[in-house]
Amino acid sequence: MSIQQYIKNVFNAVKTLLKGMRVTGYYFFHPKEIITQQYPDNRATLKLADRFKGEVVMLHDENNEHACTGCTACELACPNGTIKIITQFDITPDGKKKKALNTFVYHLELCTMCNLCVEACPTGAITMAQNFEHSVYDRKQLTKILNKPGSKIRAGVE
Amino acid sequence: MLNTISFEAIKTAVQQWLNMHWGPHLAFIAECILIGLLVIVFFAVLGLLLVFMERKVSAVMQIRLGPNRVGPKGWLQTSADTLKLMLKEGLTPDGADKFLFNLAPFLIMIAAMLIMVPIAFARNFQIWDINIGVLYISSIASISVIAILMAGWSSNNKYALLGAMRSGAQIISYELSAGVAVITMVMLTQSLSIQDIILSQQNGWWIFKGHIPAIIAFIIFMIAATAETNRAPFDLAEAESELTAGFHTEYSGMKFALFFLAEYINVFIVCAVAAILFFGGWMPFHIGNWEGFNHIMDYIPSSIWFLGKTFCLIFLIMWFRWTFPRLRIDQLLNLEWKYLLPISLANLLLMTIIVVLKWYL
Amino acid sequence: MHQVLSSTPEGIFTINVGPQHPATHGVLHLVITLNGETILKIEPHLGYIHRSIEKMCESLTYRQFIYVTSRMDYLSAHINNHACALCVEKGLQVEVPMRAQYIRVIMDELTRLASHELWWGAMAMDVGAFTPFFYAFRERETINEIMEETCGARLTMNYMVPGGVMADIHPQFQQKVKQFIAGYKNKIAEYNELVTGNVIFQNRMKGVGYLSTEDAISYGCSGPVARASGVACDVRKRYPYDVYAQVQFDEIIETTGDSFARYLVRIREMEQSVRIIEQLIDNIPEGDYQAKTKAVLKLPKGEFYQRVETARGELGVYIVSEGGTTPYRIKFRSPGFSNLSALNEMAKGGKIGDLVATMGTLDLVIPDIDR
Repeated sequence: MSIQQYIKNVFNAVKTLLKGMRVTGYYFFHPKEIITQQYPDNRATLKLADRFKGEVVMLHDENNEHACTGCTACELACPNGTIKIITQFDITPDGKKKKALNTFVYHLELCTMCNLCVEACPTGAITMAQNFEHSVYDRKQLTKILNKPGSKIRAGVE
Repeated sequence: MLNTISFEAIKTAVQQWLNMHWGPHLAFIAECILIGLLVIVFFAVLGLLLVFMERKVSAVMQIRLGPNRVGPKGWLQTSADTLKLMLKEGLTPDGADKFLFNLAPFLIMIAAMLIMVPIAFARNFQIWDINIGVLYISSIASISVIAILMAGWSSNNKYALLGAMRSGAQIISYELSAGVAVITMVMLTQSLSIQDIILSQQNGWWIFKGHIPAIIAFIIFMIAATAETNRAPFDLAEAESELTAGFHTEYSGMKFALFFLAEYINVFIVCAVAAILFFGGWMPFHIGNWEGFNHIMDYIPSSIWFLGKTFCLIFLIMWFRWTFPRLRIDQLLNLEWKYLLPISLANLLLMTIIVVLKWYL
Repeated sequence: MHQVLSSTPEGIFTINVGPQHPATHGVLHLVITLNGETILKIEPHLGYIHRSIEKMCESLTYRQFIYVTSRMDYLSAHINNHACALCVEKGLQVEVPMRAQYIRVIMDELTRLASHELWWGAMAMDVGAFTPFFYAFRERETINEIMEETCGARLTMNYMVPGGVMADIHPQFQQKVKQFIAGYKNKIAEYNELVTGNVIFQNRMKGVGYLSTEDAISYGCSGPVARASGVACDVRKRYPYDVYAQVQFDEIIETTGDSFARYLVRIREMEQSVRIIEQLIDNIPEGDYQAKTKAVLKLPKGEFYQRVETARGELGVYIVSEGGTTPYRIKFRSPGFSNLSALNEMAKGGKIGDLVATMGTLDLVIPDIDR
């Protein structure tokens, strides 16, 4: 290695190091670039994407009516056995027996938010909510019943 | 006047008071105890401050906020961490050499404390103006490598051993170029005493007066100092992606904290030495004949000058750490033996010529 | 330690890197035989995160099994799902609408960018530079936000379904991607300034972890690892799927075969991904995003194989169907497994520091290796 090469090496090395320091130095003197989100503090302004898959919920309208017919399409579509639908037989006004939803059991602790149940639902009764703070002290609290007490199927949904 | 509440004045007052009330021997003992306590307190404060500074500096460089929960703006974060470390169990592994294992963290702290002796914190404010001050610092600094080797060997852990061995090779090599850089400056000052070195910079700091050799010596000293304190990009001894935590893998609790603290104290000390050698220690910044400007500069207390310079250099070392990747062990030694040492020797020769020809005034 | 020393020749000892170690990025366990700092032999021990995904898939229907594959190579979840969807479509003989194909490819490339982004940060962290990690995550976050808006999740999206994609793109998708791409080019320049050009980094990478072309082929390496050794193996180019045949992009090939070559291949691949997205993002055709398929999918009796290029290399999906609603057998050919097998060849004779640099450029995702 000639002396010339040696000195050139040293200078090039120092130059590349200074280049790197310029980048970090830029960020040090521009604190505006900080991207930290202070999560629990910004809860009020935190806006999750509309499609964010947080948990499965059943949509109820103002009359406490849902659109679930108890067809168990979601239960079949679920890869993890997250959903368990308990059905009952209602007697329709014209005296026929009709299958209807009794309890929609949803095991949040098993759910992987794959959205397959929502896709499978023929009546759009369930959807994904944006809630993501699921931590509880007791695992039992994660087993949820999605149809509200006293709710019934909306008229006209088949 | 500011001068009346300077460190020098406080020191003299305390000394006088002690001598007046007690005999000279008792006063001397009391002074020693007082200094000991002050050093320990200073260490603790410095440790907390530097760790916090590092975390904040790194955070801003990494576009994040850093500690901001404990205390106002996170100022109490490091104190809380210290409390946590103190409450933790200090574990000693089964197969470890228990005596050496427990001795190592204290040895590294003692080494760090001893270096503090000749450092001048303000005008006429230093523990002992030992006449071989610079030599003393370089020799005591090499004690810390013994502590690291001790820690690595006694842990009975292969990672720790590898880290200690790396550290040994590294510190011993880099001491050479750091030493040569110091000698380069001693050529100019013609004295090893810290007090003399600072006073010789009355009419300008050596980094300005010493021409290019002084600047080269400064760069080499900073690189060697970074390596000697085992900090990135030379943190091979504790390279976490390779050796988990290197020589202090097996340490926990307060013993780990002592290693951690010693690292920061050493950073402070090498930066203080650099500030003294190249930037005139507590000497204010003066420009030739600008009487007014010089006068204003004199109003700033000497301790502020010293600490300001030191912390600027500490920031530089932190900047290195948060920018560069780590070297490999053979590259580390190549850098020292093939680049730093030849350059610093040539630099020493150049400086000798300058000194002999008296070009530096 | 003395026991190990006494049973092996003088100065030779073994250390365990992992299963809990900062450099292995997961639960990989390497047993390394060392002579001082020099590596004599590396023995990977696998299985710490084996979840028997292949067996699980056998009990799931053709719609259901796709979501599990997001959990293999979680950094290229989209591409894994894409591979499965393509394989099922092959069996069903379904024609995927052009719109869905475009969306899929854009998503694939965004995933590749996000994956390489994370690799770059982790790689820099492996060799001791911490700061790049955060810069990398800043860009990755933008991609994740785009993903979240359209697919509803950030990591395991399950957006590809047999016949197309699960939902149409978000109205703001195109604009956001374009905005991201515009700013991204400066970021690559910044990466080069901070890491690629750095003399310490180059010294750490150059001439380290050499893998010859022959070895790359014989170990079955794929992806950037093989391309850095001069093997032209980009599945997107060699066996194009969806709209890859119609887009212009370069297959990045380096011939030096060392860690730095692997690094450069990935960095330049990021540029190519940007190029692909630029070509597609404005031209997404109108139409259906999903082909009409039956509610219950049944593959005809037979064997189906589909390969795709994930961020790590070639992922193969092999389905054996008996004609039922669930596959009889599924086998995934994961890129990480083959790439890891070449590690001993690469790192032998190097220092421990070299091992970290080499492993960083392999871009290992442990769940992909164990499945």
